[in-house]
Amino acid sequence: MSVTLTLYTTPTVPLEAEVITPDRLAGLSEAEIAALPVQYGNERAALGDFFRVAGSGNGEVRLEGDLSRVKLIGAGMTDGRILIEGNVGMHLGALMRGGEIVVEGDVGDWVGAEMIGGRIVIKGNAGHMVGAAYRGSVIGMQGGEIIVHGNAGNEVGHAMRRGLIAIAEDSGDFTGVNMRAGTIVVLGRLGLRTGAGMRRGTIVSMHDAPLLPTFGYACTYSPTFLRVYLRYLRQMGLPIEDAHINGRYRRWSGDAVELNRGEILLLFR
Amino acid sequence: MRIHNTEIVNTFAEAFKMWAARVIITAETPRWAMEAARSMTGFATSIIGCKLEAGIEGEVPPEETLDGRPGVSVLVFTVDAESLGKRLVERIGQSVMTCPTTACFNGLEDAEETVVVGGQLRYFGDGYQISKVLNGRRFWRIPVMDGEFLVDERFGIQPAIGGGNLLILGEDTPSTLRAAEAAVAAMREVPGVILPFPGGIVRSGSKTGSRYKFLFASTNDPYCPTLRAFAPETHVPPGVGCVMEIVIDGLDMPAIEEATRRGIHAAAEAGAVQISAGNYGGTLGQYQVWLHSVLSDQYSVISGMGADN
Repeated sequence: MSVTLTLYTTPTVPLEAEVITPDRLAGLSEAEIAALPVQYGNERAALGDFFRVAGSGNGEVRLEGDLSRVKLIGAGMTDGRILIEGNVGMHLGALMRGGEIVVEGDVGDWVGAEMIGGRIVIKGNAGHMVGAAYRGSVIGMQGGEIIVHGNAGNEVGHAMRRGLIAIAEDSGDFTGVNMRAGTIVVLGRLGLRTGAGMRRGTIVSMHDAPLLPTFGYACTYSPTFLRVYLRYLRQMGLPIEDAHINGRYRRWSGDAVELNRGEILLLFR
Repeated sequence: MRIHNTEIVNTFAEAFKMWAARVIITAETPRWAMEAARSMTGFATSIIGCKLEAGIEGEVPPEETLDGRPGVSVLVFTVDAESLGKRLVERIGQSVMTCPTTACFNGLEDAEETVVVGGQLRYFGDGYQISKVLNGRRFWRIPVMDGEFLVDERFGIQPAIGGGNLLILGEDTPSTLRAAEAAVAAMREVPGVILPFPGGIVRSGSKTGSRYKFLFASTNDPYCPTLRAFAPETHVPPGVGCVMEIVIDGLDMPAIEEATRRGIHAAAEAGAVQISAGNYGGTLGQYQVWLHSVLSDQYSVISGMGADN
């Protein structure tokens, strides 16, 4: 049996609930879970002040209610599964190392920021800074997967070094800014200044995009590795078409202001 | 025991412990996947002279390959894990990476042990190679003149069995060849086995040792029909004018047994006079595949010398 946390007191200011991870709840009774500390604005509070707790922690956590103001759910988790029925706030799965988070709604900014492993699946839209480095940090996401079935905001994969971010619809400006390595696949359209400052890594889009003048056109070809990635993403439920898998891509190398080893692959139509 | 008019000798094939890898080669078309597979498995008939034994396990349909392109599965066998890694680097580097449009993937994903292959071949990229990690699996993209060669960083290896065999004795060359070909066709349907000799058949079967000190294997004179009249010990019955051997390497004993069983039935159906197997009296190999046992409903394979099964 999993533990179910149902929000019954809607926070009016942000509620920081990094205690909501399968690791932290494992083996605890309902009373012990309800007593776990959370930060409500500038006050200390208990998880039970906001959530009704049913069941006990055995590796799976279910969350119900409008969690738009609840931050840091799943932050640093290493194992297990979190299922979120509605929308959820910022920093979801930040610094996570393993396990899986599935969100049926939208998520706020900084989802999977600086994550190291595991998987986050968002059925709705994601905010800004998906898998990004925190301000002042040099490296963002270092592993794992973030799969967004809707749109994502600006600076997706900022300074990421490894891992996979897939966006089924559009991404905002500065996608892959300062990217070190890793892969970002956007099935929709890219915003402005894609890959600015990227050293290595791959940014893919199924549409043409305005690119910075510091990216140079290399060739149009069919990258075999992309077939592997796209077939994997199709298995993960993204709407990958045969034309995406079998298509030819225009390869742009950049960013020339940096190492120039990054690539932007745009489906050639 | 007889099947149709074929005598099945109550003997066993003596087989040996080996290490194996499965390599999945994909390409733009089935033809080019097969070209690479043929090149990779060329000159790979016997450990004695080729350092490895390899063969084509079968074609892999696009829906079952990692990149969705047509593929061919190749099995590679060596005597130890260390040399298997070296041979894979050599063969994939020279025969697959060079072949137009190919990619090369590990076909033993659940293997407990692995060897680095793409992690060695990547240096061909001269610094332009790109690493990609998907779901914990690292690939290397090596820039080549037709685009990129994609290869797994590591390939799984597992203990395996080599040297299973059948000896097919016939009245003359055409009938023996017909029986051996029928056996090969039936045995190649079994997943997890290869028949490493040309067309799956070897006519120069060998025994260990030689009167010449510099040779440690020489012709299998007990089965040479031309020597029947004066060889010290002949196993060629009257009326037999030709003997052909089928060597079997397999990922595990059930695969070897199933191939043996199918081969016996097919060769008997095609008119072989006698079917036997080669062994060294049980003194060298870790495994014995008894012909009568594999033909029974329940296989009973004798393993000895602390061999894994």
